[in-house]
Amino acid sequence: MKTLQEIQAEVVEDFSMYDEWLDKYEYLIDLGRRLEPFPEELKTEDRLIKGCQSRVWLDTTVEGERLFFRADSDAIITKGIISLLVGVYSGRTAREIAEDDFSFVERLGLRENLSPTRANGLASMIATIRETARKHC
Amino acid sequence: MMQVEKIRQEFPELGEQVYGKPLVYLDNAATSQRPRSVIRKWTEMSERRNANLHRAVHRIADLATTEYEATRDAVRAYLNAEYREEIIFTSGATASINLVAFSFGEAFVREGDEILVSEAEHHSDIVPWQMLCQRKGAVLKVLPVDDSGRLCTEQLPALLTPRTKLLCVAHISNVLGIVNPVKEIVNICHSNNCKVLVDGAQGIVHQRVDVRELGCDFYVFSGHKVYAAPGTGVLYGRRELLEQMPPYMGGGEMIGTVRWTGTTYAPLPQKFEAGTQNIAGTPTLRLALEMAAQMRESGAEQELDRVKSFLFKQLQDNPKIRLYGVPDSLEQKIPLFSFSVEHCHHEDLALILDKMGIAVRSGQMCAEPLMDRFGVTGMLRVSLAPYNTMAEAEYFMESLARAVKMLEG
Ligand SMILES: Cc1ncc(COP(=O)(O)O)c(C=O)c1O
Repeated sequence: MKTLQEIQAEVVEDFSMYDEWLDKYEYLIDLGRRLEPFPEELKTEDRLIKGCQSRVWLDTTVEGERLFFRADSDAIITKGIISLLVGVYSGRTAREIAEDDFSFVERLGLRENLSPTRANGLASMIATIRETARKHC
Repeated sequence: MMQVEKIRQEFPELGEQVYGKPLVYLDNAATSQRPRSVIRKWTEMSERRNANLHRAVHRIADLATTEYEATRDAVRAYLNAEYREEIIFTSGATASINLVAFSFGEAFVREGDEILVSEAEHHSDIVPWQMLCQRKGAVLKVLPVDDSGRLCTEQLPALLTPRTKLLCVAHISNVLGIVNPVKEIVNICHSNNCKVLVDGAQGIVHQRVDVRELGCDFYVFSGHKVYAAPGTGVLYGRRELLEQMPPYMGGGEMIGTVRWTGTTYAPLPQKFEAGTQNIAGTPTLRLALEMAAQMRESGAEQELDRVKSFLFKQLQDNPKIRLYGVPDSLEQKIPLFSFSVEHCHHEDLALILDKMGIAVRSGQMCAEPLMDRFGVTGMLRVSLAPYNTMAEAEYFMESLARAVKMLEG
């Protein structure tokens, strides 16, 4: 199995192929469309991360040491980014996630979409993933 | 056309590039750009007029105080207020409203009294009233808007009771962009002994405001939305009311004498200007209001009317677009359009437009109750100033179409 760092490097490399912003967004929109459907019945208040912009739903399941994430958003670009995050973190151990510094998010160059200073569900999603991981270490 | 180009030269930020594209700034309702005259005054106040106000006898303090008080006279004249002491400087519309919510509340609001606010208010004109009602055991009531975004003024008489102490309404909502019939509202309220606060954050920008003609008791606005420095703002209040209201904050400058046995307060306006004021910022208000008047008089606002009609028609005629705030006649609308596009999330649209160099607003726009009213989680908003051009409006419409196409796939 690839390490968390290896997977992150791959994701960053894939993403850096696109020079133009609009191409990046096309790519994210495509990923967003192909994200595994999120069951409607899981769209509950306690899974909702409410931001001023898009809404994000995050569902976590724990199997032994490993955490599995499913997520959704009402905005498609956010959904694309969710797809990247879920692809990287879902199925990893709580310890791996808790020890990660999440700097790969910055290497993606999506800072403005992920900045905690923006009232954005995505930043809270990352915070929630980290917190959940810490709790399960 | 020449006119607008000349005006643009006065606003340095408009020459900026974002992502290698010329900035198209269509988020003026959030904050407007600043002209060189304002920036110059701001700098001058820091470089050559920096001293604390009112307090010292030295030369620089005198110059600073003169600038500050001349600004009060200019704002008084601009608003056609009767007395200079009716102009209180604050840090913005929010601070002005909180001041009234506290001080008017202390003086006039008792348990069981009512405050009425419109459904289209900015959070700044909702939350302070909720806090007041909580503090006093008063009741907050809501004057609704209809599906087109028009304020249901006809329901006002039925909502007013002998216990309604104050009605709070935006001159122009920051989401709907429709000029509310403030004069008519004031007449109805006053004949019921109810005072009126007008949130003029957007109302001050595109038209001359005459507080005596409007007849309102309070009128508030922020400097930064009308070309002045941020952290500046105005509260106009009728003298008779301000005199009966206790101070909001205690501190330096707002006092008569201070003794351990008790303190007396300074007369208006200092009673409401505790502590060191925005010495460098406030004087920019005078230049900013001059710029606003100049743009109206030079014909730039008329040119803007053409741009407004163009955008209105484009947005209104597109079956995929739902426009919020549709006036009976376009004269009642400022160049501010909030809308949503079928199957497209406002955040996605705003992100894509941003990368095309266009700054727009998206989200709840600090008006969550209004979002709920229209059953949406957010909207997209473009808001224009007289320095925006027809070319920019056309580029925006093309870019929007492109963004929609990307999202529709
Ligand atoms: C109608 C309205 N009221 C109040 C405000 C609050 O203004 P400020 O944040 O400058 O105090 C705004 C600005 O967003 C507004 O548009």
